[in-house]
Amino acid sequence: MISDYIGIAFRNLRRRGIRSYLTLLGIFIGIAVVISLISLGNGLKVAVNSQFGISSTQVISVQAGGLTGYGPPGTGVIKPLTKDDAIAISKLNNVEKAVGRNVESLKLEYNSKSQIGFTTNIPSGEDRKFVYETIEISPLVGRLLKDGDSGVVVLGYNYYTNEETFGKIIKPGNRVLISGKSFEVIGITEKKGSFIFDNIIYMNEKDLEELTGDSETLDLIAVHVKTKEDMPQVKEDIERILRKIRNVKIGQEDFEVSTPEQALSTVNQILTGVQIFIVLIALISILVGAVGIVNTMTTSVLERKKEIGTMKAIGARNSDIFYQFFIEAGLLGLIGGIAGVVFGIGLGYLGTLAINNFIGSSTTPEISVALIVFALLGSFVIGSVSGIAPALRAAHQNPVEALRG
Amino acid sequence: MQGIIELRDVAKYYIMGEAIVKAVDGVSIKIGKGEFIAIMGPSGSGKSTAMNLVGSLDLATKGAIFLDNVNIEHLEESDLAQIRGQKIGFIFQSFNLIPNLTAKENITLPMIFQGMNREDREERAESLLKMVELSDRMDHYPNQLSGGQQQRVAIARSLANNPDIILADEPTGNLDTKTGELVMSFLEDLNKKGKTIIMVTHDPKLAMEHAETIYWLKDGKVEKVTERQGKVWKEKSIVKKRK
Repeated sequence: MISDYIGIAFRNLRRRGIRSYLTLLGIFIGIAVVISLISLGNGLKVAVNSQFGISSTQVISVQAGGLTGYGPPGTGVIKPLTKDDAIAISKLNNVEKAVGRNVESLKLEYNSKSQIGFTTNIPSGEDRKFVYETIEISPLVGRLLKDGDSGVVVLGYNYYTNEETFGKIIKPGNRVLISGKSFEVIGITEKKGSFIFDNIIYMNEKDLEELTGDSETLDLIAVHVKTKEDMPQVKEDIERILRKIRNVKIGQEDFEVSTPEQALSTVNQILTGVQIFIVLIALISILVGAVGIVNTMTTSVLERKKEIGTMKAIGARNSDIFYQFFIEAGLLGLIGGIAGVVFGIGLGYLGTLAINNFIGSSTTPEISVALIVFALLGSFVIGSVSGIAPALRAAHQNPVEALRG
Repeated sequence: MQGIIELRDVAKYYIMGEAIVKAVDGVSIKIGKGEFIAIMGPSGSGKSTAMNLVGSLDLATKGAIFLDNVNIEHLEESDLAQIRGQKIGFIFQSFNLIPNLTAKENITLPMIFQGMNREDREERAESLLKMVELSDRMDHYPNQLSGGQQQRVAIARSLANNPDIILADEPTGNLDTKTGELVMSFLEDLNKKGKTIIMVTHDPKLAMEHAETIYWLKDGKVEKVTERQGKVWKEKSIVKKRK
């Protein structure tokens, strides 16, 4: 019987044509916004997270200074970290490796044009492997640096694709001047989707130390933890040992030990806040849609008064009439929901494409089946709940009065 | 003769502002199985109200209405709807087909309300359409049918649950003479097959042409009851009606 009513409800919606679709608008917009936002939002988080270049969750980073924010590492350093610090950390329990990292802002000249580029050191031996794994780089053309290389650099993706800065692109085999010294480019890394990593210069540690004349200080120590579960404990241990070495009290640390989760959660909190706000607006839209359905269904009850009377005369019970209008309202919501989901997914894809183009990332929208099912179910429920009052009104029509039309 | 519908001293009052309108005021009608009766009267005579009461669409203010010896006053709304759907087939002046359902679907509707399964009701709808000679219009929508065709679909619909009683409210009112006659001939046929026909009309010619008994209503009361005996109409004793 319910299936019959669904069929009849479809007929009624179709008959009312454009008016049905106008009613759907509120639900449609609301669902579309929620779906696109959530699928885009996840993509957005991935994009922002990737900008930090923190992909391995088993790495703790140690930086000198207080909270330096999210600027380039090493800026605003008062008392820099040293190689001794790194050695001390590497001896802690549950620490696999502690690798010193440096990022220097150096002038890169090519084709008679110059630009300041972040140059980072690549250590030798086992540490090299660790660094490559942590920052997840691989060559697009040419090769990566290896032990024994000297006077050569590997450049980020953008040097190879963007010809605006230097008038032409830089290819392996070309020579560039870094801080006035000539280096041969031997490789270009694949696109990382991160502004920093796509504009970086990789240089063997020894070359960089010679270039800067500094072989003691470190901008950052990347600590590889044996198991992820040990991370909080290792963080505490690092803090304790650095306090001792650097002779500072608790609460006055001139260094910061941060886990990837910490960094990500701050960003994610902000993004979540924005999402909640937009979802609230979407909910208002859905509420407006629900009111629209109440309105349409009420009008429909009045218009179909004579039909209701006729159906009662030929044996329809109040419940039969109720279900017809109730289901019709639910379907109205559901159709709005389906349209919203389709449009929302499309919007999510377009938005992600736009983000990728804008910040040079390569994220994909995260479409969750659960979310879609929830949205469709939700829109049906919203529709049918909106239909309750009009449906009751239809069901309780006096047959004689209803037949009069 | 067993009464299939009986109104016992039934009254229906409406409150209009401060005034009480006595639409039907003390009407007793007893209709036997297989009869063809007409309820006659000019507009404002209370015949529409009487029809609603006979069709159990409305409950009386006073008096009792029996449908197959059951006092409908004590029935639940849903039970009454079910019984109405089973026992009475309605035919309306303006056909009252559901516009967005096809002819066939309109006929299946009363069977849906009785919970009949799809196969059975489709088969029955098709045979009923054949009976009213509209098999070729099965999938047409009401607005694609002429008035006469629509009324024939309505007749088929009224027979959907094979009711004992057909209640026709001005069945020819919106039709031209010729199609009206065709519709009436269907009703006559049904009567011959044993259906009780109750026709409400303001047209004495139509009533006298087809009915066997005519209740003449005026100002909410039964003014007289006439019966056909052979070719002449004789007034029934009103006294007999009241105990």
